[in-house]
Formats: sequence, structure tokens, C-alpha cells
Amino acid sequence: MKVLVAVKRVVDYNVKIRVKSDGSGVELANVKMSMNPFDEIAVEEAIRLKEAGTASEVIAVSVGPQQSQETIRTALAMGADRGILVKTDQPTEPLAVAKILKGVVEAEGPDLVIVGKQAIDDDCNQTGQMLAALLGWSQGTFANEVAFADGHAKVTREVDGGLQTVDLKMPAVVTTDLRLNEPRYASLPNIMKAKKKPIEEKSPDDFGVDVSPRLEVLKTEEPKKREGGVKVASVDELLGKLKNEAGVL
Amino acid sequence: MTTLLIAEHDNQSLSEQTAKALAAATKLGSDVHVLVAGEGAGSVAEAAAKLEGIAKVLTADDAAYAHQLAEPLADLVVKLAGDYDAIVFAATTTGKNVAPRVAALLDVMQVSDVTGVVAADTFERPIYAGNAIQTVKSKDAKKVITVRTSAFQAAGEGGSADIASVDAAGDPGLSSFVEEKLAHSERPELTAAKIILSGGRALGSKEKFDEVILPLADKLGAAVGASRAAVDAGYAPNDWQVGQTGKVVAPELYIAAGISGAIQHLAGMKDSKVIVAINKDEEAPIFQIADYGLVGDLFQILPEMKDKL
Ligand SMILES: Cc1cc2nc3c(=O)[nH]c(=O)nc-3n(C[C@H](O)[C@H](O)[C@H](O)COP(=O)(O)OP(=O)(O)OC[C@H]3O[C@@H](n4cnc5c(N)ncnc54)[C@H](O)[C@@H]3O)c2cc1C
Ligand SMILES: Nc1ncnc2c1ncn2[C@@H]1O[C@H](COP(=O)(O)O)[C@@H](O)[C@H]1O
Repeated sequence: MKVLVAVKRVVDYNVKIRVKSDGSGVELANVKMSMNPFDEIAVEEAIRLKEAGTASEVIAVSVGPQQSQETIRTALAMGADRGILVKTDQPTEPLAVAKILKGVVEAEGPDLVIVGKQAIDDDCNQTGQMLAALLGWSQGTFANEVAFADGHAKVTREVDGGLQTVDLKMPAVVTTDLRLNEPRYASLPNIMKAKKKPIEEKSPDDFGVDVSPRLEVLKTEEPKKREGGVKVASVDELLGKLKNEAGVL
Repeated sequence: MTTLLIAEHDNQSLSEQTAKALAAATKLGSDVHVLVAGEGAGSVAEAAAKLEGIAKVLTADDAAYAHQLAEPLADLVVKLAGDYDAIVFAATTTGKNVAPRVAALLDVMQVSDVTGVVAADTFERPIYAGNAIQTVKSKDAKKVITVRTSAFQAAGEGGSADIASVDAAGDPGLSSFVEEKLAHSERPELTAAKIILSGGRALGSKEKFDEVILPLADKLGAAVGASRAAVDAGYAPNDWQVGQTGKVVAPELYIAAGISGAIQHLAGMKDSKVIVAINKDEEAPIFQIADYGLVGDLFQILPEMKDKL
């Protein structure tokens, strides 16, 4: 089967972001960018399917500015076969991304789409579910384990009370949770090889998608600052303060 | 102008999360109806009818809704959506699974994890692991929102809404339920607990986690949480993970033991009323947000706490 993975370029998870003082957004100039961590897990899963002989081809798609090419290159270096960059300089909302991905799915005909459960910049947790809805496909979100047999996918999901397993009719959309796998690092030879792998360039217009935002961002602010408190010297002092000062024991 | 709130339940009892999401739904300023879609979930409907601020309870009883699978549930909500201006879910794993499917079918851009309702079309929500708060105004005719329940006080009881049944919307046959492995514990639930004791990578093994964290938690009447590192290493189950991509909690007292305080962890607990950090590294970032910090070895400190409580 053919597998499509969606990879988003986001601020690296190690970076503590800064909110612009005029409330207009988050400072993105000169900030380290990386592939969304959940998408690394998605790419890893797709590559493992290929290595297991379950997948025939792995295509990595990113929607974003020209630099998202680098994110696709990372996926190619991990082992994806080719890439598609849907280029736009607009910040994109999940609904628009899902519509674009639907267009890519219709053009490429994959049996499985794997996306991250959540992009760590917008923290939306929407795109995979939206894509499944638009395609009329089944969805297996927050996947902890996936297995494929007889045109079905068995997906074990991380849910609030523990784990839930569902059986999905294929084609399907799967979204990755943290414990689905541990993504590999690309080796140097594979990074070199990835430079020769093809990346096709498209635009949202090619898929007839209007990316203008539906949510108008009125302002972006720093959260309430939490002041650090005091250090206590002993368990007795701690318990005393919790009882008498904080009143929580 | 009416709001539809989707109830969170297990066919037997109504989750506290619904009462909290109701508090946000009420702020939209319209009548609130609640949908209980399930199988044999009559007791849930009755519990929902008692919530303060519910004008009407809709029940849809069908095997397709027994496990809250996204595909049939989204179809049902979309079928009902014509009568509503806003559709509200709690941002639980169920709400997060279903709501975007509803939104896409309605061609609406969902507002995720709402922490504040400014107006019926304007919401506050955290981005970047809570390191920035965005105020967004939705231009869509219908609103689909999920509510970060830790940011709202549960609505009280005292209502007596009418209960009416609605037709099921059929099963698209895309997915089916196989099994569930849910932990049953005597301890309070993370999202409802007044006190949470969380352990991190420092615990070193599941045995140590069980030996050092659990007895103290029980003495405190606390729920148990964990960092991602502790969950990844198998010291604690996945549903104990607190953080940006786990559970978001805001108890009266949060005790972080052997947790460094990565931004992804802080995102899930920094709105707790009182935070205690226990860490042997006095430079650990967790101390920057802790009300009370105790530098030392948790393997000595936690048992001592237990004995002295
Ligand atoms: C996409 C993504 C999502 C993530 N989501 C989450 C999330 O939701 N929740 C989450 O928690 N993390 C999350 N993380 C992981 C996060 O970045 C950190 O790696 C994680 O929180 C670290 O866990 P820790 O504090 O237990 O471990 P460490 O960072 O290793 O800290 C262990 C701490 O224990 C202290 N210690 C060691 N021995 C002792 C002792 N004997 N007594 C006292 N103190 C001791 C050390 O000084 C250290 O500070 C996420 C990461 C990514 C990339
Ligand atoms: N611009 C984008 N380009 C490629 N994939 C994306 C994009 N936005 C979101 N995705 C995918 O959708 C997942 C969930 O994103 P979100 O719904 O924004 O939290 C991400 O982990 C990606 O796999």
C-alpha cells in the first residue's frame, strides 16, 4: 500500500518562545525550526511499514513556506521516497491543511495517511480528524500501536482512562501518539541520498483550496507569570507551610 | 440561538468534564442543550438533566454510540447541528477525537482548548504549550469548540431539564470497537483530584515508582501523575502523563517529585494553586514556578513525608 505522511515545520520543541511585546504574535525570526515531533513519529511508522513490506511507497507532504522543504528533506533522509511541498506563506489552519491533504490524497491514492496527533505550535489537534471526515474515511487517533491485516487496521489508542483498540476499515487516517515508536536519526549517507530524492512543488490553488484564515487572531499575550516561591529546608518545614501557610493539607 | 453540549460518559455515569464544559458553554450566552449519545445511557441523561443551566437533554440510544466512536457520533452531531449556533465538547480524548470531525463536516474551523470565553464568537486559547495565549474571533457562522476543563469551575446541580429522544443517524460502518484496557483505581481521577503527586524519570523503575509514590499518594488522598519520561520508561501508565500532550490539571496542590520541569510538563500543571517541587538539583527549572521547593533526594524525602503526615 501507498502511505502518505504529513510533516509540519514548527519551532523546535526545545525553544522557549517569546511573545512579541505588541501582542501581534510569537517571535519566529532566527528561531530554530524542526519537524513537529509527532510527525517524526508518523514518518518513522511509515518507514517501518515499508521495511516490513506492508507499504510500497512513502510520500511526505508539507504545507508551508519554501523552508518547509527542509522538513520534507528530513523525512526523505529518514527514509521516505519522495516529497510534496504545497507552498504558501500564509499561516495555515488545520481546516485548510486538511482540505489540501484531501486534494493530495485524491491525486496520489494512498491507502493510509499518518499525521501527528498535534502540532506543538498551534496545539490544535485537529488536522487528522478533519482529513478523515472530508474523505469519509475511518480514523484512528492518538495511536500507540497499529497493525494491518485484510484491508483493516487495528489501532490501539491512548485515551483518558487507559487504552482503547478499534478496528478500522481501510483506507484510514491514523494520528500518532508519543509511544507509537521512537523515531530514528537519519544517517549521513541517507542524508546525502535524500538530496537526490524528488520534491514536487504545488500550491493550495492546485487543489482549489482557499487558505484564508477563519479565525482572526485579535491578540497574542504572555500567560500570567507564575512567581517562584521559597525553598524550604526540611520535610517538617514543607509540611508546616502546606498546612499553615497554604492551607492545602 | 442555542448551544449544543456533547456529554462525556461511559453509558453509566456522566463525567465531571461535562459539568465543567457546561460552565464554558453557558458563557456563550444562549440556551444550552446537552446531547447524550450512548447505549442504555438513561442514568446519564438523568444526571445531565440535573445540571444547573441545561435547558434540554437530547438522548440518542444506539449500539453505534456505545463506545463514542468518532465516525457515527460525528454524523449524529452534524445531523442535529442545523438547530444550533455552537457545538461544545470537553477537550478530553473523546472530545478531541470527535469535535474536529464534526467541524470539518460543517466546514468550520474549530477552536481547540478554550480557556476563556470573551464573547459568543471570541475565545482565549493557549498555544506553544501554554507559553502564549491567543485571543481568536471565529468568522464561521457556527462555532465548534473544545473546552479545556481545568480552566472552568464545574456547573452545579439543581436543574430539572426535559429529556427528549432523537433518532440515531446510523452507523457508517467505518470502524468498530475491539477492546478497552482501562485502569480501575480507588484513587481520585487526575482531572478531578484536589491533590496530585507526580513522579518523573528520577524514580528509575516501576518498582520504585510503586514503592515510593503510591503509598504517599494514598496517604494524601492524591491522584498520581507522571512526566512523559516516566511514562515512556514504563514506570506509569500513559493516562497518567501530565503535560502539553497529556492531561492538563489544576489541583489545589501539585507535588512534582524527580521532575525537571520541561516546558511540556509545565504546560500541564502550571495553573495548579500550590506547586511543590522535590528535586536533588537545585537548578532544576521546576523550582522557578514552585511555591515551595525542597532540594534533596526524593527517596528519602517522600517516605519521610509519608511517615510525618
Ligand atoms: C512532542 C513532545 C511532547 C511532550 N509532552 C510531554 C508531556 O505532555 N508531559 C511531560 O511531562 N513531558 C512531555 N515531553 C517531554 C519533556 O520534554 C521532558 O523530556 C520530560 O518532561 C522530562 O521528564 P522528567 O522531568 O521526568 O525527566 P528529566 O528531565 O530527566 O528530569 C529528572 C529530574 O529528576 C531529578 N532527580 C534525579 N534523581 C533524583 C532524586 N533521587 N531525588 C530527587 N530528584 C532527582 C533530576 O535532577 C532531574 O531534574 C514532551 C516532549 C515532546 C518532544
Ligand atoms: N502545514 C502543515 N503541513 C503538513 N502537515 C501538517 C500541517 N499542519 C498540520 N499538519 C499535520 O497535522 C498534524 C496535527 O496538526 P494540528 O491539527 O495543527 O495540531 C500535524 O502533526 C501534522 O502531521
